Amino acid sequence: MNLAFGFPMGQAGNAPDLPGSLRAAPRLSNWLRFSPGGTVAVTPGKVEIGQGILTALAQIAADELDMPLDRVRIAAASTPGSPNEGVTSGSLSIQESGTAIRHACAEARAIHLRLAAARAGVEPGAIRVEDGVFLGPDGAALGAYWTQAEEALLEVEARGDVAPKPASRRGVAGQASARLDLPDKVFGAPRYVHDLRLPGMLHARMVRPPARVATLAELREGPLPGDAAVLRLGNLLAVVASEEWAADAAAARVAARARWETRESLPDENDLPAWIEATPAQRTEVARQNDPSPPAVHTISARFARPYLAHGSIGPSCAVARWEGEAVEIWTHSQGIYNLRADLVTVLGLDAASITVRHMEGAGCYGHNGADDVALDAALVARAYPGRPLRVRWSRAEELAWSPHSPAAIADIEAAVDADGMLCTWRTVLRGNGHSSRPGRAKDPTLLSAGYLDPPFPLPVAIDAPMAGGGGGQRNSVPGYRVPSLDVSMHRLLEMPIRSSALRGLGALLNVWATESVMDELAARTGQDPVAFRLRHLEDDPRAAAVLREVATMCGWPRAAAGEGIGTGIAVARYKGTGGWCAVAAEVEAAEVVRCRHLWIAADLGEIINPDGAANQLEGGALQAVSIALKEALRFDRLNVTSDSWETYPILRFSEVPAVELRLIGPQDAPPLGAGEPSLGPTVAAIAAGIHAALGIRPRAMPFTPDNLAAAME
Amino acid sequence: MDVSFTLNGTPVRVEAPEGMTLLHALRGPLGLSGPRFGCGAEACGCCYVAIDGEPRPSCALPAEAVQGRAVGTVEGLGTPEAPHPLQSAFLEEQAGQCGYCLSGILVSAAALLERNPDPNEAAVRAALEPHLCRCGAHNRMIRAVLRAARAMSGASA
Repeated sequence: MNLAFGFPMGQAGNAPDLPGSLRAAPRLSNWLRFSPGGTVAVTPGKVEIGQGILTALAQIAADELDMPLDRVRIAAASTPGSPNEGVTSGSLSIQESGTAIRHACAEARAIHLRLAAARAGVEPGAIRVEDGVFLGPDGAALGAYWTQAEEALLEVEARGDVAPKPASRRGVAGQASARLDLPDKVFGAPRYVHDLRLPGMLHARMVRPPARVATLAELREGPLPGDAAVLRLGNLLAVVASEEWAADAAAARVAARARWETRESLPDENDLPAWIEATPAQRTEVARQNDPSPPAVHTISARFARPYLAHGSIGPSCAVARWEGEAVEIWTHSQGIYNLRADLVTVLGLDAASITVRHMEGAGCYGHNGADDVALDAALVARAYPGRPLRVRWSRAEELAWSPHSPAAIADIEAAVDADGMLCTWRTVLRGNGHSSRPGRAKDPTLLSAGYLDPPFPLPVAIDAPMAGGGGGQRNSVPGYRVPSLDVSMHRLLEMPIRSSALRGLGALLNVWATESVMDELAARTGQDPVAFRLRHLEDDPRAAAVLREVATMCGWPRAAAGEGIGTGIAVARYKGTGGWCAVAAEVEAAEVVRCRHLWIAADLGEIINPDGAANQLEGGALQAVSIALKEALRFDRLNVTSDSWETYPILRFSEVPAVELRLIGPQDAPPLGAGEPSLGPTVAAIAAGIHAALGIRPRAMPFTPDNLAAAME
Repeated sequence: MDVSFTLNGTPVRVEAPEGMTLLHALRGPLGLSGPRFGCGAEACGCCYVAIDGEPRPSCALPAEAVQGRAVGTVEGLGTPEAPHPLQSAFLEEQAGQCGYCLSGILVSAAALLERNPDPNEAAVRAALEPHLCRCGAHNRMIRAVLRAARAMSGASA
């Protein structure tokens, strides 16, 4: 059975009972089309962001259609050529797009078989499909999908009445499959939007002000290299040239010739908790439960703080735009092409039909990076060059300092156990900015340069999705452990000096760590083993208990310290409370700095389409979390973000990468739950616990640097 | 000024105005896509090419600096029809996610195997240290380089 997953979507509601994204786009031809050449084109609305989703979706289609993978062509998303599946985010693409494609292909198969059967005078059930060819009871070929491709059979709405194959009969989905996109990437073939070269294409660079709040006071005249020209749009400056070197050189000269009037607008980076507490906020109740609870015997009260974080895409954001009359075509690595289009409608003053948005891959984004912003930049600058394709590629400084950032936050937790050593009360108060400034969701646009036009658009303050949609700052703030008295609330800030939006894991980075730290502290206070203590509270969640037991076995829990300053911590969480379960053990070594030496990861993601791809995603998420936990904090002064290079925003390097062991233990006949994000929160938490095992210090602020650990000792 | 050098074994000549880096030349007039822009400050490894066999960043190096020298890029390592053992090994290990860092990493790995055909894991890590990967595919890449080394020593034995 496939469950109907709750998710917000643009034009949802016309087919409420259909599974996954079929609800929003029920027409079968929205999803797949056979070609007389013997292939099927599958057109998902989800996009490749380096996570391997297109390979997994191809596997699903191949399986349901009984076609080999090499007959499946996955088209990159575009408006209006693919269904509006909202944003590729939240570890939801298999649930939403995969479920839709699975059901659409099952129905397409049944429709094709009915026609072939009627023509051959046999029962549809008597036909087998091999390599896309229909074989009758006597083994004779009765046709193929592609011989019926011209019949417009799929110009119908899905009915939801054809059951896909049961898990036991799937042959492609569930097996490790090589990534379809990887060959291009190891041979250096053009594949990214950065590589798009159109005839007559111009190159542009944006010239940003030295402060978030700035007015261009003066731009001195002077020569520019090559054929470069400067363009001013309100408080935006851009340079345009026919060759890339000239655009880079011109950008440097123009930056030096511009004088800006600036105003301080950023908080004190050295006292973010005080700023967060003093900032007006909107309170919402996240969870409350008032069952009778035994008296508290031991209470832990602690504050956990995290800094602003950068996505740190390795390739700076890039887009190409071309205007023809009052219409524009845009090539982008946005995670949500329809959402981007909605904001472009507002800023450019066009109707949606005049804007075509085509997805091309970029570097991994790990959430809402500069992809959408640079698409607007390209559209704005290209408007001055009608008919000419124009490419804007951000600088490293723009990508690190001007992309949206994952917001700083604090979590205050007070929790207690009773005389039996069981949780009796839990109270969490969260404070911080919202985690979504994604475009297409508000009246005003969220795109960076819209705020610097004349007149500027007021950029909305970041919001948080409700818990039913996975939450934002409050994600994973409700402990997965049984507790009779529970009170979780969130204070979302109503001012946003640093543009905040989604980074892989969202609130789970802070909340899983804070929750798991308090669990460890309560276990220690009452002399209980931290794994046993958790298991006592997981009787209602056997799959959480299973991954925790698995990772304990993998690492040999309880692990004796391998030496002085070495310790192992363990943590578990179900991502979003509705996604995949993941437990992580981390062995850390504390010397001049803390290093993570070894990670053990056990996960239950339900059905897994591509086990190797899921393992790659889980390990990648965990390593990003190691980097975040040990190294990362966005730096800024009162004017501007100063983390604008890899020197000022260091991330994990090869020499610092731990060994990783990983096991997937979920049931294949359970709904798929997504692989991209479940490992991050538990990894941060396990490292913090490992630090305590190694040093006896409970980390209270990320990242777990010597300075922050020293502060935690006081 | 005109700059002449060997690119992946073929003599090339480009006009290189002041301000044109080697990366600009490779991705611009020379039409390659493998060397990638990552930071412009020689700090991330995306733009690495081999200059006379040595892995070097190309994003800040003036194009004229390679006058008369041999430049190798990922495109010169192999093709889908005739892949370099490293390219085969990266595919076998599925060593990549977004893949943006791979061109530079493959160049550095190939240079490593040229000078040290039998590296241990520490040597591989050291050779890849200038390269950033944000997706967390490091361990797969290390395994892929070691696999390629085994394959190459087996082929030459």
